[in-house]
Amino acid sequence: MDWTALELSLRLAGWTVAILLPVSILLGRFLAFRQFRGKALVEALVMLPLILPPTVLGFYLLVAFGRTSPLGQAWSGLFGQPLVFSFAGLVLASVLSSLPFAVQPAQRGFQAISPELREAAACCGMSPWRALWKVDLPLAWPGVVTAMVLSFAHTLGEFGVVLMVGGAIPGETRTIAIAIYDRVQAFDTGSAAVMSAVLVAISVTTIALTFALSARIGRRLG
Amino acid sequence: MARAEAPIPLDVDFHVAPGELLALVGASGSGKTTLLRSIAGLWTPATGRVVVDGTPWLDTGAGVTLAPHRRRVGLVFQNYALFPHMSAAQNVMAAMDRADRAEAVRLLDLVRLDGLADRRPAELSGGQQQRVAVARALARRPQALLLDEPFSAVDRATRERLHAEIIALRAHLEMPVVLVTHDVNEAQHLADRMVVIEAGRMVRDGTTAEVMADAHALRAMGLRELAAMLPATVAEHLDDGLTRLDAPGGPLFLPTVAGAPGTALRVRIMAHEVILARARPEGLSAQNILAGHVARVTEGEGPGVIVHVAMGGHEILARITRRASAQLGLRPGDPVHAIVKSMSVARDHIARARD
Repeated sequence: MDWTALELSLRLAGWTVAILLPVSILLGRFLAFRQFRGKALVEALVMLPLILPPTVLGFYLLVAFGRTSPLGQAWSGLFGQPLVFSFAGLVLASVLSSLPFAVQPAQRGFQAISPELREAAACCGMSPWRALWKVDLPLAWPGVVTAMVLSFAHTLGEFGVVLMVGGAIPGETRTIAIAIYDRVQAFDTGSAAVMSAVLVAISVTTIALTFALSARIGRRLG
Repeated sequence: MARAEAPIPLDVDFHVAPGELLALVGASGSGKTTLLRSIAGLWTPATGRVVVDGTPWLDTGAGVTLAPHRRRVGLVFQNYALFPHMSAAQNVMAAMDRADRAEAVRLLDLVRLDGLADRRPAELSGGQQQRVAVARALARRPQALLLDEPFSAVDRATRERLHAEIIALRAHLEMPVVLVTHDVNEAQHLADRMVVIEAGRMVRDGTTAEVMADAHALRAMGLRELAAMLPATVAEHLDDGLTRLDAPGGPLFLPTVAGAPGTALRVRIMAHEVILARARPEGLSAQNILAGHVARVTEGEGPGVIVHVAMGGHEILARITRRASAQLGLRPGDPVHAIVKSMSVARDHIARARD
């Protein structure tokens, strides 16, 4: 059992969710409420990581993060270490590959709020920020929770992108999914089985907990 | 004033005094709700001006457009738009600058919702939800109170009760009130003034009595809406199920009217239900024969005329044919008797008088 890999995976999923939470709320709400030219294109771009093979996405990210790319150079200029094959690069790649899982459910959640309720919030004197906090978020909360659960689960299970962008550096970029693959490659099916079972247990517990929680919130909103 | 390209062309200009209730009346799609939304800032017309208490909320000429949340406006939505995740009191507090539960409970008491402060909207009846919406609109301490067909989503009995409550509530309201409705009876009972809108154009702006006697103004709503409002006082409940009211021009017998003797009422008498007679008729089934004088006769384009019958400082209207008017030879000043069938006055055409 590779505890370092498990800890790394959980840390990666945690960071990804932490970054995607505000992104999903702001981008999901923006896409739900605003009509603008090129909206379909933006929505398509958000969905793209869902459709592309992880290796293709990983390849482009590898190029974009590379030492010679503008992003890679800017990053190493700022932090003195390369973006590629690092934990930070892995987080960024996870955020991008989980974007559709985070934005879509949140957007649907916001879209389900009747326009009249948002108008009522404005007529009650609520600024857009206050309305977000007092009306939009409480009503769209189940969608946002679903978005976060999916992002967490997806990051935990992501393989292709992580392998392309991070390689398999122990303690830095070797996640549990990659550790399992390594063990299988080394014919160590015993370790692979234990780690797989642990991953299944964690995933089931997370999802069951959030569903139970959101059911309670749902009853409260009744 | 508002002019707009979409959703329908609007060309309307009106003014509402503080404490006054103005009804915007028109058929569905006439643009009355759009007008209300322009006042609230939920919709911005191509050109328009909204000035409240001397402050411009919208002045497209001067480039002023105040965001809805910066306007002190109380809006009661047609379907109330209560926040489903908040209790009644929380809904009311949501409209306050600083949440004050005691004040929220006071407002809920004012709309007669005492004891229901902690219920969620889903646990309230339609009429109760409407009252929460009114309390929430008042909690904003609005400079203008806007009511968008607030009585259309409840059953008739509840509507009558809510009408009575709005009439009672008027005593506490110092701001201008604009009511959007397609229900002419409702407008006549509640409004001081009426603006009739047809396809985005203002057809008539006048006092309720003026507008309700104007065949041209009411053409879009149907001439059968022409009606007068007669004050009356409950005198006696009779054994046979009728109530005797004292009205200018004589007693009025109507099917049981709620209210103790002495209760002041306003009775809507439809112009097409009134029969006129020169002499006091005898041997007639109709119970109500009101004596008055012809004030004036107005002619329209069609075969009918409207006879204004004055009685004790008030008027009732009779819509009769031009032929009948000619046969009777009615001239201003002539004594005349107006005959009203007891059964022709609908229950919801009787309301408590405003204090």
